[in-house]
Amino acid sequence: MSITLRVNGTRHDLDIEPDMPLLWALRDEIGLTGTKFGCGVAACGACTVHVDGVAMRSCVTPVEAVDGAEITTIEGLAAVSGAAEGHLSALQQAWIEAQVPQCGYCQSGMLMAVSALIAENPQPTDEDIDAAITNVCRCGTYPRVRAAIRSVTAA
Amino acid sequence: MAIELKKPSRRQLLVAGGLVGGGLLLGVAVSGPSRRGLADKLAAEGGERFVTTWLKISPDNIVTVYVPHSDMGQGPITALAMMAAEELEADWSLVRAEQAPAEKAFANEALGNRFLDGDAVPPMLKGVTAATWTKVAQFMNLQVTGGSMAVRYTGHHGMRVTGAAAKDMLVKAAAARWGVSPAQCTAALSMVRGPAGQTATYGELAADAADYSPSAAPKLKAKKDYTIVGTPRPRFDIPAKVDGSAMYGVDARPEGLLYAAVHLAPVFGSTVAAYDASEILTRRGVRQVVDFPGGVAVIADNYWRAKEAALALDVTFDTKGNEAISSETIFAAHDAALDAGKSDKDFETGNAPRAFEGASRVVEASYRVPYLAHACMEPMNCTIWIRDGKADVWLGVQDPLGARARIAEIAGLDFDNVTLHPMLLGGGFGRRIPIRAGFFDFPSEIDFAAIIAKEVAAPVKLIYTREDDIQHDAYRIASTSRLRAALDDNGFPVAWENRYVHKDEPGEAPHIPYAVANQSIRFVEIDNPVPRGPWRSVAHTQHTFFNESFVDELAHEAGQDPFEYRRAMLKDQPRHLAVLELAAEKAGWGRPLPAGRSRGIAIQQSFGSIVAEVAEISIVEPGEVKVHRVTAAVDCGEVIHPDTAAQQVESAIIYGLTAALFGEISIEGGAVAQTNFTDYEMLKLADTPAIDVHFIESGAPLGGLGEPGTPPISAAVANAVFSLTGQRIRQLPLKNHKLSPAAGQFARAAD
Repeated sequence: MSITLRVNGTRHDLDIEPDMPLLWALRDEIGLTGTKFGCGVAACGACTVHVDGVAMRSCVTPVEAVDGAEITTIEGLAAVSGAAEGHLSALQQAWIEAQVPQCGYCQSGMLMAVSALIAENPQPTDEDIDAAITNVCRCGTYPRVRAAIRSVTAA
Repeated sequence: MAIELKKPSRRQLLVAGGLVGGGLLLGVAVSGPSRRGLADKLAAEGGERFVTTWLKISPDNIVTVYVPHSDMGQGPITALAMMAAEELEADWSLVRAEQAPAEKAFANEALGNRFLDGDAVPPMLKGVTAATWTKVAQFMNLQVTGGSMAVRYTGHHGMRVTGAAAKDMLVKAAAARWGVSPAQCTAALSMVRGPAGQTATYGELAADAADYSPSAAPKLKAKKDYTIVGTPRPRFDIPAKVDGSAMYGVDARPEGLLYAAVHLAPVFGSTVAAYDASEILTRRGVRQVVDFPGGVAVIADNYWRAKEAALALDVTFDTKGNEAISSETIFAAHDAALDAGKSDKDFETGNAPRAFEGASRVVEASYRVPYLAHACMEPMNCTIWIRDGKADVWLGVQDPLGARARIAEIAGLDFDNVTLHPMLLGGGFGRRIPIRAGFFDFPSEIDFAAIIAKEVAAPVKLIYTREDDIQHDAYRIASTSRLRAALDDNGFPVAWENRYVHKDEPGEAPHIPYAVANQSIRFVEIDNPVPRGPWRSVAHTQHTFFNESFVDELAHEAGQDPFEYRRAMLKDQPRHLAVLELAAEKAGWGRPLPAGRSRGIAIQQSFGSIVAEVAEISIVEPGEVKVHRVTAAVDCGEVIHPDTAAQQVESAIIYGLTAALFGEISIEGGAVAQTNFTDYEMLKLADTPAIDVHFIESGAPLGGLGEPGTPPISAAVANAVFSLTGQRIRQLPLKNHKLSPAAGQFARAAD
């Protein structure tokens, strides 16, 4: 079956099963490995991408559900945020300034979740952040994640 | 590449030589001068040349530091480069760093095993030939990242000395070029300056510097002159971790890649009895199946297809009767072994039995912790391509050389025919060590990947599902500790007795820092098929919970403040005392708290660093612990990179807090009952306390930082729970306890 995925502004016509999770279409079919596999059951958020601007966990999102939608992955975050070619988004810059990542594996998903939150709610309260950012980080970068969010939003 | 070697003196750590045609090489003479030549061949390209095994200066004056450790997020690549650059007097903006290739020239065995003092060459490495290196790699765990040792051994002994020696050689080369004495020249910012204003960059001098012998004991800088060490330099690895370009093991994509998913025997120790692959072999994309003793792998052209097919595969296992094993039977076996009274000596001093006989007050308690999984964010994986008698491996691993040796052995290949491409690690915490010396040896995903790759005519990437990862880990052991203390009239212990299950590493973990004249610490061993392995801070996790909770019980029994009680017993341990007092001071110990809150304290020395932590908690509906704040004081001797140092302690606290609050792997029917993050719960952003980390630079030998923050947290939290509720937590995790702040008020009223 032909599925059309629009990822980071590029159209991919894929002959894949409609129930294949978006995560595996991105990683194994398209070759975008920035989106990570963490749990497969939407429990950790490592696979978070934007679908029409909304954060979604791609490991449980069948491709048929996003056929034709605008999908953004970590590789396209800077561009969709309006950063010039070869530059990072303000949020990614904030991540570097705060030296957030440790092993870094969860950070693609973390950045996608936070960028979607801020797009929808530019001045989130701490409670808003707690409720929206439920990604798991085993290195425990949470204090820095919050600090980095606060560096681009008002506390 | 032809090498012209200078003769190193027998005691020299560093050897120098020149490339034919000019150039400078400098290496660590652990296995003889040939190491340096090897390193050059493997890593120097396009006119670049090594200044040491770990330093390379290219003609454009860029210094590249090769770090023989894996970066799992703890930042050793940057910290070690800082130590080398400091002594080299390099311009930090011209310094680059990367993980050394998985080649023996870059091994850190001598450093990890502390052989760099005195004669550099460990006896067992003298005369080692290339053919025996595989064996040596197995024994010595080369390139291992663990034990919080990167900075304290490789950094201190390796990076500093080589950086300083390289600088001296560059200065000598410049002095000769200008006809002046080296003393008239100064090195700074990757440039040497002469007395008449002459300048030459390190890049320009590298070739000439080859004519000089490196000093085995170059003069190191005084700490007061540091300009790089002790400053928070941005980490090299961060930019690639915010734009999706960082490549972890699971991201390897060699041409023609296939994917493997496994259907593993849930019951430990099982073997495959029979399976029927006829249906799944008809599925789209499924290429073949490969069985091995503990399971069956499905190979497909997309991981999801492989995973779905593996899940559907009908397999019967021979469970060898192991389905009778459960957490209940395991803990019953602990009790039976402890009841039997036959134990082995760990540490004894004085005469504990006699001290107990004469004691007026004896306190005793039994503590218990469950198995724990590591749950690295990146599920276990290994990509191997075997063809023409050679293998390429893409793997993020805490021991690249050990993994190479293991894969060579299983695939039946020569060590030299296995090439390992080190990838980033999406978490390690002890899980990504393929050879576990001193631990129960068990087949891992690396073994399975090698078995599978032998049968597949393409590169194949084995990925564990999260369920595979949770159910087939090498677990932090479940353990039981029976503690007893005899108190004198002032309430201080005159005898300390511990009978615990499983002697683990490091050996000193069960020991106490307190002045107790009579001690008897002994252990029993129980065999069972649950795989076990090192988990962040290893045996310190369980023993610090046991010992520091029990000390808190003693303080309560003595009617003393837990901080003051410890303080009195540490009066002859100045480093411990300073750490304890700093943590208490910064946490505001003794100062009033809002209603419904309390504090708990704990301290432990591990991996050369001493850490005390104060946890501030409350109880929230429905009877759960909420940790509001953790204050940590750390004496790690010296702080190399203040930002990553603090970050590592925060990380270690959060890792330990997750275990204290939620961590429990239970065994039911011979298998792990938990499956995923849904039932093996993780601390998240909303649960994370405020964490303050305070360092003491005592000048003691460098201690580690990746692990020492973990041990005290469980006891600090549990002790705070007692303070608030009167409920003494003798078993983890805390989620299994129904807590009530009201109970504490009654307990205090009764005191």
